[in-house]
Amino acid sequence: MTELGLAQISRALANGEFSSLELTQEYLRQIASENGDLNAFITVCEEQAMAQARAADEARSKGEAGPFSGIPIAHKDLFCTKGVRTSCASKMLDNFISPYDATVVENFNRAGAVVLGKTNMDEFAMGSSNETSFYGPVKNPWNRSLVPGGSSGGSAAAVAARLCAGATATDTGGSIRQPASFTGITGLKPTYGRVSRWGMVAFASSLDQAGTMTQSAEDAAMMLNVMAGSDPRDSTCSEAPTEDYTASLDKPLNGLKIGLPVQHFSEGLNSDVEKVIRDAVAEFEKLGATVKEVSLDNSHLSVSAYYVIAPAEASANLSRYDGVRYGYRCENPSDLEDMYKRSRSEGFGAEVKRRIMVGTYALSAGYYDAYYIKAQKIRRLIKNDFQRAFEDVDVIMGPTSPHTAFPIGSKNDDPVTMYLEDIYTIAVNLAGLPGMSIPVGLVKNLPIGLQIVGRDFAEAQLLNVAHQFQLATDWHKRAPGK
Amino acid sequence: MSIALSDVENIAHLARLHLSDQEKEEAAKSMSNILNLIDQMQSVNTDEVQPLAHAFDAVQRLRVDEVTESNHRDELQTLAPESEEGLFLVPKVIE
Repeated sequence: MTELGLAQISRALANGEFSSLELTQEYLRQIASENGDLNAFITVCEEQAMAQARAADEARSKGEAGPFSGIPIAHKDLFCTKGVRTSCASKMLDNFISPYDATVVENFNRAGAVVLGKTNMDEFAMGSSNETSFYGPVKNPWNRSLVPGGSSGGSAAAVAARLCAGATATDTGGSIRQPASFTGITGLKPTYGRVSRWGMVAFASSLDQAGTMTQSAEDAAMMLNVMAGSDPRDSTCSEAPTEDYTASLDKPLNGLKIGLPVQHFSEGLNSDVEKVIRDAVAEFEKLGATVKEVSLDNSHLSVSAYYVIAPAEASANLSRYDGVRYGYRCENPSDLEDMYKRSRSEGFGAEVKRRIMVGTYALSAGYYDAYYIKAQKIRRLIKNDFQRAFEDVDVIMGPTSPHTAFPIGSKNDDPVTMYLEDIYTIAVNLAGLPGMSIPVGLVKNLPIGLQIVGRDFAEAQLLNVAHQFQLATDWHKRAPGK
Repeated sequence: MSIALSDVENIAHLARLHLSDQEKEEAAKSMSNILNLIDQMQSVNTDEVQPLAHAFDAVQRLRVDEVTESNHRDELQTLAPESEEGLFLVPKVIE
């Protein structure tokens, strides 16, 4: 039963094929068996999960179950979960038991979901390989010497290894889409502001967005139905109306116009990956879509602009970690300044400190215009590029990542080589647009993802496009070792 | 573009981070690499371009000035490393 996707589980529970308690216990057994090696979970909530499962079964027996009742999921460990450690994979918050639930967590609890645990991630969401976690790296279930991608590597690995039916995750520069690509699953980053960020520990506030990791687009639509919507507690959360994201999954794709950015098919893209991507695009043509080339002229500047904006926002967001009110405090501080400096230096890992330094520099007097304002202008150009492209096409497709998963430890020499991992995904966050990655093939038995980008608030269309591909193909059904 | 050790020290102080001598050297090197990446932005002219702070040019929403929260101080203060009588304790600040 743990092989089943979320939508299948929902139907099976409704039909009484098994109970939520049986299913939850089976997932917990799998986690106990696999997590020691994979390291996908930081915290497993056994007692709480079984209590939630029992409550869901009871609600079902009274005829009070909804579509998400009793479905076991996991939350990335930067969503605050009341009474449960919320660590952001950092020593800084290793002792932090959250006093409240994030809106996303509340929504799933209200829908009757079962929370199996909190998944591993790059520290404070800063990374593209899940190697910067205080709790150690996550391994890719397809090949355990390789990274699962990051920063949502734990959520991706957990879904790929069938340790949960679905998982929440976040994406600031590619942190859902890239790990989804590396682990052969479906990752969705909604439009900026589609999902509330209240209770979601902030990395870069104008870029962060909560999303989903699932086996399929149909499953992602079910999760988005629970997550999307306005929230008065998050003033960056859009008040745009939501919809039932499962309602238009079955629309045929005749007349769909797909754009392929010429810049995403140039040097740097592995030729085996390119072939898989072009084969996938050809599949869409068989489904009735037309394809044309588009140009995202300022694509080559997206990584540069991002590595000013994101660290700058991170330096401000992480200034709250000072050892005063919660989190790590160093031992025997000699004075207040020593307390701040040593608590932060001992509590944060190297990559986090590096980004705080870069951000502080970019915002400091004398550099603010040359770096931060310049990056915001580049951001405007990038947004305009997408707007121009969407006058001609409905969705934009291309590779999620230039290659397949790389070995753990292989990109530690120069941070910039790691930053270039997100070369195709970052512009989507800068423009605030929705993006997905779906598995479309294998290269040397490793998964490869196709990125699909849509207009603002076009999640339903993206999910429809992905779902139609998944009805015609079976890449999304492949699992490691099967 | 490379960054001087004195700049690294200054930034570390602004960010309230303590770096060892070796960490300062490493920071100078990795920051220089990152600054080279960032300097690519200067290759395009943006004189006539408006900065974009939010993807949809949204502005801060306001709400009515009504009290909607209650005081959770005691519950929240259980998370503090050191506290007493509703105050957070830190090393002495005033001489």
